[in-house]
Amino acid sequence: MTTPLLQVSDLRVQFRTERGPLGAVDGVSFELEAGRTLGIVGESGCGKTVLSRSLLKLNPIAGGSVIFDGRDLVALEEEELNEVRGRDISIVFQDPMTSLNPVLTIGYQIAESLTHHLKMSRAGARTRARELLAAVGIPSPDGRLNEYPHQLSGGMRQRVTIAMALSCEPRLLIADEPTTALDVTVQAQILDLLKQQQRQRGMAMILISHDLGVVAGRTDEIAVMYAGRFVEHAPTRVLFDRPRMPYTEALLRAIPRLDQPSHSRLLAIGGRPPDLVEPPPGCRFSPRCEYARDRCRVDEPLLEPALDAGHSFACWYPVAVAPSALHGQGRA
Amino acid sequence: MAGSGTIHLRDKALLRVEDLVVEHPLGHHRYLQAVSRLSFDVAEGETLGLVGESGCGKSSTGRAVMQLPRPAAGRVDFEGRDLTSLPRTELRRVRRRLQMVFQDPISSLNPRRRVGDIVAEPLVIAGNGTSQERRERVREAMTAVGLDPELVWGRRRHEFSGGQCQRICIARALVMRPRLLICDEPVSSLDVSVQAQILNLLEDMKARFGLTMVFISHDLAVVKNVSDRIAVMYLGKLCEVAPSEQLHRTPAHPYTASLLNSIPVPDPHVPPRPAPVRGEPPSPLAPPPGCRFHTRCPRSQERCRVEEPAVRQIAPGHFAACHFPLTGGAEN
Repeated sequence: MTTPLLQVSDLRVQFRTERGPLGAVDGVSFELEAGRTLGIVGESGCGKTVLSRSLLKLNPIAGGSVIFDGRDLVALEEEELNEVRGRDISIVFQDPMTSLNPVLTIGYQIAESLTHHLKMSRAGARTRARELLAAVGIPSPDGRLNEYPHQLSGGMRQRVTIAMALSCEPRLLIADEPTTALDVTVQAQILDLLKQQQRQRGMAMILISHDLGVVAGRTDEIAVMYAGRFVEHAPTRVLFDRPRMPYTEALLRAIPRLDQPSHSRLLAIGGRPPDLVEPPPGCRFSPRCEYARDRCRVDEPLLEPALDAGHSFACWYPVAVAPSALHGQGRA
Repeated sequence: MAGSGTIHLRDKALLRVEDLVVEHPLGHHRYLQAVSRLSFDVAEGETLGLVGESGCGKSSTGRAVMQLPRPAAGRVDFEGRDLTSLPRTELRRVRRRLQMVFQDPISSLNPRRRVGDIVAEPLVIAGNGTSQERRERVREAMTAVGLDPELVWGRRRHEFSGGQCQRICIARALVMRPRLLICDEPVSSLDVSVQAQILNLLEDMKARFGLTMVFISHDLAVVKNVSDRIAVMYLGKLCEVAPSEQLHRTPAHPYTASLLNSIPVPDPHVPPRPAPVRGEPPSPLAPPPGCRFHTRCPRSQERCRVEEPAVRQIAPGHFAACHFPLTGGAEN
């Protein structure tokens, strides 16, 4: 067996609040092999963004390890981390306007990481920046190099941030809701671009989204996050066909689908996600779970492997496997 | 594209919008035309979905129906009377039967006021009933949207989640017992689990209070779930209007088809289709001549660049503004 590119073990992130520590990420473990794509889905506040930033130690880490290519990033000093950030691992954020510097030209911003990480000359970096802009599908890249972010549309800006993220040929690309701020026709283009670049460069990718549609067609495996934890992790098709954790099932049922008739009743999840300063005892989903029993409110289930390969879930009373049920529903 | 023309309007409608033009001042006597000669109607008891990407003018349309502010040109007939020419005092009286729910439920509520007073305010302004009667109406509206009046009355918005704030906004809209409810992206800022709750609630309220609805959203799957008919907009113009199922199954306008094909399908067995259109919508400041979609349209021909297509019938109840529609044959 090959060693995975990324091994995250029992990662914990806590934020100090007036009411006490808030465990935004609470014991997350997973592995990711080179060239694979992991999707992380969950609702707002579940900790998916905090988790992604913690992989680069952009948040204070309370415990656990992030082993990337044999090195524990949690143990690295800031200076060493800066050599990893943007070079081996880079991030594409949700809002391209705020992740670009408004007072610097696009050419300068792309060239910056090339001169810093790869010690390229300024002229060389500029040539490379132009190639990168062309690679991410920006028309007339020469003229664009001297433009400022406000001169570009939202989709073009996101292409620029992707070009920046790809500039040093990272081995892991983290895309945190890369298309949420974009229109649906532009979203399709950006998702295509990410997939194409990933294939070409053989990068591993973590694609974070609240939209199950976005991750369904573009990931090898998916982890579902709830209240700071992974509650289910499986190969993408298995997760959609045979979800075992009731929260995953509920999420899949709650989305309106085009192939359902109009005025179909949606199966909403009652209540709201828990307060992470004082999480409920037992399973954190139990207050909202329709299958919850006494044990769920006392004992916390751990993420345990299921029978099928690569599938694990955290639930005492998992959803029975009904191979056809969800499968059929999802198809047009 | 583009649809001008009124052939698709029906004889009997609660709301009938004809050749609506909405302009936003840019300063220096320049105007941005957000809505260009748009016509649509909504029959009593019907839900019309208004869908399109950002900047297509859907929100401007919703607000123009409310006369917020009065549109630059066109008619807005509600209950058979043209709102654009009603005197202010008369308009205030009619507007009680027209209510609106906005996208961001949190900023739609005054943080300093108690929820009970917020929901009661429309009644106070209208001078309806005694304070005892008003209390009763507020209590009824709160109960209808699933809030316990005793628990929420004296609280302020920061004590509620986004979903609950949207329930409060809906209660405030319903307390006037409107005939027409305009919902502008009412679930866009909510998580899927809560989104499903609010969509179900709107359906319940529609049935219970006999409402007519205009539901504005960028999300075609959400729109299809609640709408009887859907109108698709692009750059201030109408592309297509049809019963929801028909629009989904047999879209006639290439833009509608592109929108449908851009939506990522939440099913890993459906391989993602390549992005159906290139580029992004042109600036509404300088809309292209002819059909406004021709710059991105995969079917565009010479005629589309010069001549603006008028709305015409494709099938009974199904109208589109396209010279070369996907169904219904080319225009003569």
